[in-house]
Amino acid sequence: MTADLSKQEPVDTPPPAGAAAPPVDPRLLVREEGFAGYWSEFRRKLRSGELGSLPVVVGLIIIALVFQLRDSAFLGAENLSNLFVTAAGTGLIAVGIVFVLILGEIDLSVGSVSGLSAAVFAVLNVHHGMPEWLALVLALVTGALAGVLHGYFFARIGVPAFVVTLAGLLGWNGLMLQVLGSNGTINLDDSGLVAGLTNHYFADVSAAYGLATLGVAVFFLASWRDSKRREAAGVPSRPLSEIVLRTAVLAVPAYAVAWLLNQYKGLPLALVIFLGVVVALDFVLRRTSYGRKVFALGGSVEAARRAGVNVAAVRISVFALSGTMAALGGMFLASQINAANQSSGAGSLLMNAIAAAVIGGTSLFGGRGSTWSALLGVLVIQSIASGMALLGIASAVQYMITGAVLLAAVVIDSLSRRTQKTAGRV
Amino acid sequence: MSAPPVLALRGISKRFGAVQALTDVELEIHAGEVVALVGDNGAGKSTLVKTIAGVGPADDGVIEWEGRPVTVDRPHTAQELGIATVYQDLALCDNLDVVGNLFLGREIARAGVLDEVEMERRSRELLATLSIRIPSVRIPIASLSGGQRQTVAIARSLLGEPKVVILDEPTAALGVEQTAQVLDLVERLRERGLGVILISHNMADVKAVADRVAVLRLGRNNGTFEVRSTSQEEIISAITGATDNAVTRRRARTAGEGAP
Repeated sequence: MTADLSKQEPVDTPPPAGAAAPPVDPRLLVREEGFAGYWSEFRRKLRSGELGSLPVVVGLIIIALVFQLRDSAFLGAENLSNLFVTAAGTGLIAVGIVFVLILGEIDLSVGSVSGLSAAVFAVLNVHHGMPEWLALVLALVTGALAGVLHGYFFARIGVPAFVVTLAGLLGWNGLMLQVLGSNGTINLDDSGLVAGLTNHYFADVSAAYGLATLGVAVFFLASWRDSKRREAAGVPSRPLSEIVLRTAVLAVPAYAVAWLLNQYKGLPLALVIFLGVVVALDFVLRRTSYGRKVFALGGSVEAARRAGVNVAAVRISVFALSGTMAALGGMFLASQINAANQSSGAGSLLMNAIAAAVIGGTSLFGGRGSTWSALLGVLVIQSIASGMALLGIASAVQYMITGAVLLAAVVIDSLSRRTQKTAGRV
Repeated sequence: MSAPPVLALRGISKRFGAVQALTDVELEIHAGEVVALVGDNGAGKSTLVKTIAGVGPADDGVIEWEGRPVTVDRPHTAQELGIATVYQDLALCDNLDVVGNLFLGREIARAGVLDEVEMERRSRELLATLSIRIPSVRIPIASLSGGQRQTVAIARSLLGEPKVVILDEPTAALGVEQTAQVLDLVERLRERGLGVILISHNMADVKAVADRVAVLRLGRNNGTFEVRSTSQEEIISAITGATDNAVTRRRARTAGEGAP
């Protein structure tokens, strides 16, 4: 997966010798040919603070090694499979947070919105007998509407997003308690659609391998086709060797995870949906003009406005997306406990979701980020939680360690920003 | 003069509350001509530019575009007519690369998907025709020097195929070499047949590239000068009003009318 994480930055190749050679700035460092070139480029990027997803990948490996040494069950099939399933709910919420963070804003209401949507689903489905799919859609719409409301107050009225969503944090939590009523807990149908979100597995071994193959093949073909088009258009393109290398870097973890999942119950539906959302929204961010506008707002609101971007509409839509993702994540969290109750969306959920996005490498300062950081960040947080549980360490220690990891991530973000400034990048 | 001016302002007035910011201002820009707009701070240069760019429409007066009176009440209208404005603060997104900034707000997409290849190709083409040297079109704007940013901002204004480009202090805060690059670029705009309004405080720049100098003083025209036949001192005294009397005004007027 790592190969896909770094932003696609084509590397300038030396211009072809000849009359048509465009003027090249003599100060431009031309990359060496072959693998020596990759290495020097990599080191240059590290020095100038473009760490990308490297710190979090290194962190994940360290966490895995530490826990594996303490308890060999950590990297076992069952533990990792469960880890992926439990990570999905928080991870989906974190994906929405990534969009808000790219704007340079924050959404503190996601925990409460996720709890509210779970309660809405439970009441509609269990108490009113509404079909599950319809109740699910309405629960997601509830999240979206909550987000639109936040976005409206932020973008149109001009209230700081921090305050609007803080009000949302309290207000939606109150509404959830109201919706749940005096009973407090509503148990869900344990063989229904929502229960299946986290307890359905594609047991056939071909499912996990098939998904891994599909992902790797699509990645390779898309990169290759892009490179061909670039070559045809006469703009710098990636050499085939680099595409193969990147594909291999993606293929190794993809097949390893597929093999591991097949050792347990197979490919979890939760992981498929989570990966699907991450890939789809990554596409939206990087390859559509909507995504470009989101990044532009994170860079300079005034520049975006003068370029004709409808600032308010983009802002409201981002908060709506964050609310929708919170609702979707809330369904997964409700699915795990098979109930909606008064503590849904409470506790450390909000902090974990924001921490996941930041730990994964999305900047708190706006303008930089990727949906993949939600995936990586939530894996870090869930790994810590899972490893601590295996070792029987109290949640008190777990909070402290997660807090320390978050602090480390923010420190890396700030330092890399500073280094980038001195290196003339951002 | 045979062809009508591409852009002409007739009797533009603008008030802000109790302040009469512009009074009966006249300005003409022909194709392939660089007109420097000079004046002291508060003389009304920015206000005038805003009326042309559609950001702050005038209270009175007529804007003529290629001889026809037009209403410019929104930035969008100005852009559609073919008026591009490069503001002093550039309005670039630091986190986006050069291509992303050039095409911000007018991305090229195929079936809803950004066509990065085509945008990159056109960016290189555009920068090459303007002889703009940027290390790579795929690096973030943040890593460019001030002069390079300015050239990117100007290049961006050209993407909409404008006929008039307004440059608001393009060389303020630039070094010697970078200033020269921007001035070169202004000359290339003139060679391409564009009308350029250059706002500047720097008389050396004005003398270097402008064909005519329009002086604003306290919201009024204070003369239009042919750059070749006017000394720097004359322009400066028009700006400061040191020789603001009937004689200089008359001389300025006849000089302006006698322009080729």
